[in-house]
Amino acid sequence: MSRTVSTTLPTGPVVRTARVSLRVHPRTVTGVVVLLVVAVVLGAVALTLGDYQLSLGQVVGALTGTGSRAQQYVVLGLRLPRVAVALVVGAALGVAGAVFQSLARNNLASPDLLGFTTGAATGALVSIVVVGGGPAGTTIGAIVGTLVTALAVQALLGGAVGGYRLVLVGIGVNAVLAALNNFLILRTDLSTAVAAQSWLVGTLNGRSWPEVVAVAIALVVLVPVAIAGSRRLDLLGMGDDMARGLGVTVERTRVVTLLVGVALIGVATAAVGPIAFVALAAPQLARRVTGTTGPGMAAAGLMGAVLLLAGDVLGQRLAAPTQFPAGTMTAAIGGLYLVWLLAREWRAGR
Amino acid sequence: MTGARLRAEGVTLAYEQRTVIRDLDVAVPDGSFTVVVGPNACGKSTLLRGLARMIKPAAGRVLLDDRPISSYGPKEVARRLALLPQSPTAPDGITALDLVARGRYPHQSLLKQWSVTDEEAVRDAMAATGVIELAERDVGQLSGGQRQRVWIAMVLAQQTPLLLLDEPTTFLDIAFQLDVLDLCADLHAGGERTLVAVLHDLNQACRYATHLVAMREGRIVAQGAPGEIVDADLVRTVFGITCEVVPDPQTGTPMIVPAGRETRRHRREGARAEDPVGSGALGDT
Amino acid sequence: MTAAPTEPTSDRGAGVERSPTRPTSLRAGGLVVAVALLAVAAVASLMVGSRGIPPGVVLDALLHGPSGPADTDAVIVLEQRLPRTLLGLAVGLALGAAGALMQALTRNPLADPGVLGVNWGASAAIVAGIMLFGITTLNGYVWFSLAGAAIVAVLVYLLGATGRSGATPARLALAGTAIGASLQGVIYAVVLVDANTFDQFRVWRVGSLTGRDPQALLQVLPFLVVGGLLALGLARALNALALGEETARALGVRVGRIRMLTGIGIVLLCGGATAACGPIAFVGLAVPHLARVVTGPDQRWVVPWSMVLGGLLVVAADVIGRVVAIPAELEVGVVTAFVGAPVFLAIARRRRVVAL
Repeated sequence: MSRTVSTTLPTGPVVRTARVSLRVHPRTVTGVVVLLVVAVVLGAVALTLGDYQLSLGQVVGALTGTGSRAQQYVVLGLRLPRVAVALVVGAALGVAGAVFQSLARNNLASPDLLGFTTGAATGALVSIVVVGGGPAGTTIGAIVGTLVTALAVQALLGGAVGGYRLVLVGIGVNAVLAALNNFLILRTDLSTAVAAQSWLVGTLNGRSWPEVVAVAIALVVLVPVAIAGSRRLDLLGMGDDMARGLGVTVERTRVVTLLVGVALIGVATAAVGPIAFVALAAPQLARRVTGTTGPGMAAAGLMGAVLLLAGDVLGQRLAAPTQFPAGTMTAAIGGLYLVWLLAREWRAGR
Repeated sequence: MTGARLRAEGVTLAYEQRTVIRDLDVAVPDGSFTVVVGPNACGKSTLLRGLARMIKPAAGRVLLDDRPISSYGPKEVARRLALLPQSPTAPDGITALDLVARGRYPHQSLLKQWSVTDEEAVRDAMAATGVIELAERDVGQLSGGQRQRVWIAMVLAQQTPLLLLDEPTTFLDIAFQLDVLDLCADLHAGGERTLVAVLHDLNQACRYATHLVAMREGRIVAQGAPGEIVDADLVRTVFGITCEVVPDPQTGTPMIVPAGRETRRHRREGARAEDPVGSGALGDT
Repeated sequence: MTAAPTEPTSDRGAGVERSPTRPTSLRAGGLVVAVALLAVAAVASLMVGSRGIPPGVVLDALLHGPSGPADTDAVIVLEQRLPRTLLGLAVGLALGAAGALMQALTRNPLADPGVLGVNWGASAAIVAGIMLFGITTLNGYVWFSLAGAAIVAVLVYLLGATGRSGATPARLALAGTAIGASLQGVIYAVVLVDANTFDQFRVWRVGSLTGRDPQALLQVLPFLVVGGLLALGLARALNALALGEETARALGVRVGRIRMLTGIGIVLLCGGATAACGPIAFVGLAVPHLARVVTGPDQRWVVPWSMVLGGLLVVAADVIGRVVAIPAELEVGVVTAFVGAPVFLAIARRRRVVAL
């Protein structure tokens, strides 16, 4: 440009060193910090709640090894793993939801509505019924199931991603897979069927460190890939031609991020069963908190963790001693959220 | 003709099974404002997308600086050639500044996302298109003309010597159309930048283009300076209408005045018997 | 499948390629064939099961009753398979008719009591009835089921019709999914808290013809009959309504009243069927589409065809469910989902989901 312009741009704070230069969005940073704090506080509260009520001090005591044996057992042996499962699974679902929604450029393109979650369940059930399950078998089955469902949905759409057809296809796929799941359960012997049925509800009950470790490993490997891909997904949001014109490798970005999302859903579902609507709501709520337009992987993951933990705490305490599976809580609340979301969008005339 | 950093040699461009352009040669003169015109579905947008490596040629090749465009890395191309597609989508709630800043992607890396150069490029692009004062506005809330300026700022921020615009004036009313075309002329004025645009309006094309490419059914019918190539014969061959070509009273460039209804009907009936061009244009969508 | 015909009514000359004129002989003759198939399926339903019974024995049992308590085959036929088959028939007829009415009323090719969440409304109301009011009889279920179906139908329609573009097919399906999902969560949560409710509900929950009270059919029959008669009687008015509200009004149709009556018909049919054998999805969706392939868009034919095909689908699905997983049985709702969901997918995949 030949003209020199002195006007400054309202870019907000900028960090520049020799190697790094980044724009900092104060609201995004605040949002992420707030979500982190909420997750920690909620986690601490969850550790105090239960049939055996503890004070926050006692919890800290147990965590630092100064509490009584009983307290240590309750906190470290029972409650901490459950809280950890909720956090890691919720984070996986949140990130996966962000990936799918920005891949499809559609707020409603969540793995729940598209049938991916049901597909993961089908895969896991096949593995339970055919090869007797086991943690590794279930996980691989769930990932394969998610992948096959994703490919089937894509084939059914025939490339046309726009509008509601995506979700309609999802409704149909969901129904077929749910029927298939019923059939699979029916074909097995009673004990397997009972195990499978209880898993199908989506509960954190009885989940412990093995699940935490499995999901955490997946998060450590996959979330950085998702974050690295999120700028490219941002650009894909402006249309394929635009993104390609800016130098994005469109197909590779699609394939890589799709695989990341599929793996996250598969691992999370294998760990705790199908959990409804966290993947739908987390990225959207996260965007509202951080005020950004892109996928915002980190915020979506944190939001997912908070939502699932809240759902589980609610499920445990709402009608104690009766325990609701976290999956029913997220389904009931998530369904209402979806109703609200639709009403709002449609009223705005979109 | 001077050099041509961007040219196509014997390209065949096709969507799935439908071949739109077969064995076509074209060169974009450096420093020109090249405008591609032609009836609907003549392949003008397809040609532009082919030149911008959006479609891989089924045969032939596109050369950028004498090397096949496919031999460059994606970001390398994006630093030499920018494309504004026909209808890009602005993400919900994005500000004009953030949108323009996205044009810097090919110059950035994961850790270097907002260098001093980036900031200057974005500022210059926004100044050149007159959208600096819109920086913090939501793109979705802008008027059609303002929004198109922001999009052009975005591709400008890419700082490429070649700029390809696919129907930049579609869906704008006449005042905004002229606004955008004036902007294009300004951008071209320095002579360092080469612009290629697909336009619908032949009169506008004649006014603004330095180099005109007239297409019909996937072939180039004529190319050259508007004043040299545009006459009644060309318009009839390309668009299938009878007209008179007169000098534009404002600019002196060729101006197309369609013949009156009676004359055209008379000619058309005569033409239809021997000349398939007229009927073909009607059936073509 | 014809692409959602928009100009039906007359027997001749609606749309050129979409709904070619169907000769009445094909529609009527085809209907006779379909009824014959239905009869075959019903007989098969009496014969097939974990214990196969030859047709001669079935016929004998039907005509002469069991020769004594030791005549196990006859007892099975008369006391288990006959009520079950009749129930399947009635429910299938009802769901087929309800689907046809729903698609005509909303002018929506995706309308189905399952897809639109109406089944979940009926389920939630029954759960509430069991838990809050201690209802245990089918007589009681019916009223809750009807009320729940009606409330959710209205809610889904209101949500879908929010905003300017109105209740498009896709919107209604989405609204149904959203409300259905929420109700489903609540139902499972309630059922888990209350062991007694769970016990009652467990049996009812999956769309199934087994384990039903033999009296079930008699108790819901009045609702189904009234609903069925309404459906048949409304066909002509719905034909006019298919031309658009204003045209219908110009043709002298009382639009408001017709809509209201259609709504009542749907609620009676769906509510009754759901109360009797739990939520069965996709019958109401798939069947009217199949019917229209043969009959074209004329509701006077679509409704009776949908009834017969609905009965056929449910009875056949029940038979299939008994065969595929011997000695266990696959619930009829699961089998119909296998059949119906692909139809749904086929419609949803079309370039545009056109309003009917």
